[in-house]
Amino acid sequence: MKGVSRDRAISLALIAPSVVLIAVFVYGFIGFTGFASLTKWDSFEPDYTFVGLRNFAKLFGTMPTDRFLCDLRNTVTFTVLFLIACIVIGFLLAMLLDRHIKGEGLFRNIFLFPMAISYIVTGVAWRWILSPGTAQTGATGINLLFDKLGLGFLKWGWFTDPTIIYIHPDSGFGVFLGHVGLGGLTNPYVGISIAMISVVIAATWQMSGYVMAMYLAALRSIPVEMREAARVDGASEFQVYRRIIIPMIRPVTLSALIVLGHISLKIFDLVVSMTGPGPAFATDVPAFYMWDTTFRGNNFAQGAAIAIILLIVVALLIVPYLVSTTRSEARS
Amino acid sequence: MVRKLISGLSIALVLGFSLSLAACGGGGKSNKLEIFSWWTAGGEAEGLNALYDVYHKAYPKVEIVNATVSGGAGTNAKAVLSTRLTGGDPPDAFQLHAGLEVEKYDPEKYLQPLDAFYTSEGLDKVFPKDLLSLLQYKGHYWGVPVDIHRANVMWYNKKVFEDNKLQPPTTWDEFFKVAKVFKSKGIIPLAIGTKEGWEAGHTFETILVATLGADGYKGLWTGATSWSDAKVTQALATFKKVLPYVNTDYSALTWDQAVQYLVDNKAAMHIMGDWVNGWFTAKGYTGYGWQAVPGSIGIYDALSDSFTLPKNVKNQTNAMNWLKVCGSKAGQEAFNPKKGSIAARTDSDPALFNEYLQSAMKDWSSNAIVPSVVHGAAATEKWATVYKDIVNTFATKGDVAATQKALEQAATDNGGK
Repeated sequence: MKGVSRDRAISLALIAPSVVLIAVFVYGFIGFTGFASLTKWDSFEPDYTFVGLRNFAKLFGTMPTDRFLCDLRNTVTFTVLFLIACIVIGFLLAMLLDRHIKGEGLFRNIFLFPMAISYIVTGVAWRWILSPGTAQTGATGINLLFDKLGLGFLKWGWFTDPTIIYIHPDSGFGVFLGHVGLGGLTNPYVGISIAMISVVIAATWQMSGYVMAMYLAALRSIPVEMREAARVDGASEFQVYRRIIIPMIRPVTLSALIVLGHISLKIFDLVVSMTGPGPAFATDVPAFYMWDTTFRGNNFAQGAAIAIILLIVVALLIVPYLVSTTRSEARS
Repeated sequence: MVRKLISGLSIALVLGFSLSLAACGGGGKSNKLEIFSWWTAGGEAEGLNALYDVYHKAYPKVEIVNATVSGGAGTNAKAVLSTRLTGGDPPDAFQLHAGLEVEKYDPEKYLQPLDAFYTSEGLDKVFPKDLLSLLQYKGHYWGVPVDIHRANVMWYNKKVFEDNKLQPPTTWDEFFKVAKVFKSKGIIPLAIGTKEGWEAGHTFETILVATLGADGYKGLWTGATSWSDAKVTQALATFKKVLPYVNTDYSALTWDQAVQYLVDNKAAMHIMGDWVNGWFTAKGYTGYGWQAVPGSIGIYDALSDSFTLPKNVKNQTNAMNWLKVCGSKAGQEAFNPKKGSIAARTDSDPALFNEYLQSAMKDWSSNAIVPSVVHGAAATEKWATVYKDIVNTFATKGDVAATQKALEQAATDNGGK
């Protein structure tokens, strides 16, 4: 009995420093940021006058700028498209490699390598590739390629196209939504910024190899006997995937979604190096705005408010996942 | 076992602490001068080194510590500086855009006023009067300007204009006439690049200057002119009319990538500050001409880098001597030809400067001087950032009424009208 409590004391003593450090440098600073977001601190010198939720209200308003609303729209666009593209492409690549083809190791590395590159490099390279050129000076990058291949009709402005696809309140469906009390959906902040697609392409190029690696590991862990048994039972290849493989790798899909999801919500460096804020903030993201308003504009309180909103959004994604994993761990 | 572990840990901790202390302590008290700036590359760094040489000759015993933090327009440097000032560890002098940017450093609390210094060095006699009034905040001088840049310059390709038998426009009406011709011939009338987000604000600022005139424009930032003024509407309308004449890929380019169109004879004009001149020189390109932005001839939209003196610096005498060098004729003549800017003093020797800078010097001593907003001279940084965001949206959406409302709101939020 005495031994156990001593053991406990030692383990507590050993864990104490990291608990203290995390309490101060993670939770303490989160708390401080939350506090700062409720103050008037908009200059170099901290000003802790309490202003309630004014900073948040300002972010969600359109005056004097609607930058944050654009940012949220872009983040949603980016996250959804990026997750879908990465999961689909990653899974397809893993499926192909799972066939035990010749030179599998080489291909695996080729697909995985982009992940080793910094987002800054990816951003610069893809900016060059997707840079649209002008009518007067001729197309550049991919647009030039389209021209040469006789596919000129595919040319577009890539990340310089400010078009937002949304439901116009005067359109048929928009009027209908207005009637059923969903008129709030018919505004440009609930839409898709098509300039974001370019950023999605770059990010997918970088991260889909990572998803492939996760899936490949998962596919390899499925016992061959199960597939064989299914085939013996007369299942087609499609049915094998549909009924056996995809259900069995579901936990991996979930982890991939979580890992990619929080990357996409916090994305900053790729956007900075690739597109900047874009025309009418078509490619701006909250993290970029946070940096801009805090360190360029000295508006620390507003920067803190953006940080808190980002934290809440990421938490909405992560916490359910953490809860479910701890539960399943406890069960097993 | 446990005891061993704990003692091992504590030894490691103590070692770590003493190491970090040693790193902070440096060499103890010595004859140093720490200069903080974001001039790390190209002509800027060369200019800074030339200034250091002047200082070295006069005060050979002082060791200069060149504390630079790189990063566009000093954004990173400013973040570091904030921490150092509030943390009570100020550098001996730091770089600052002259003008209202000083507001953010709460000068009455953190900086030493330099009024007596201006009188003893005679700076109040050699700087233009408009500049002196720009330098004052709360009735005091807080920095010594070392250089002057001009924001409202229109650069043009001489060959393209000659080939089409056109004259560079001096008013916006003329601008639209020549722009139409260029557009019909497949030449980009006005090249701009707005990737970084501030360049549209820069262009619009020069249109504001042209439309409202020197006093009207200055008044926007002091509250004397209302943002609801019809002339602001007119300026917005002009900017909107300009946009169909710019390169369609403007949001993909930075300003230097946009000027490349001009160098390649694919564009006719470009509006940007006079650092473009240094860029042309570095590229070995000579086929360019320049003029004030249409409608703003006789007005000098200025921005300036200055050095300030924080309170409680470690080497007060050395720092004062540094400011003396910065304000001196010799110092400014050493620095500016390298940086590609003109001296803030009106008595420097024109022979040291290139052709563009000579013409800028002439304008500097005779023109009305107004402060640039995008480059930190006219308004607080918080206001300038919002201004920049509003104009960025306008450049795409072109909604004049909404933009003017937004600009009014930004002014109200920041103490203007």
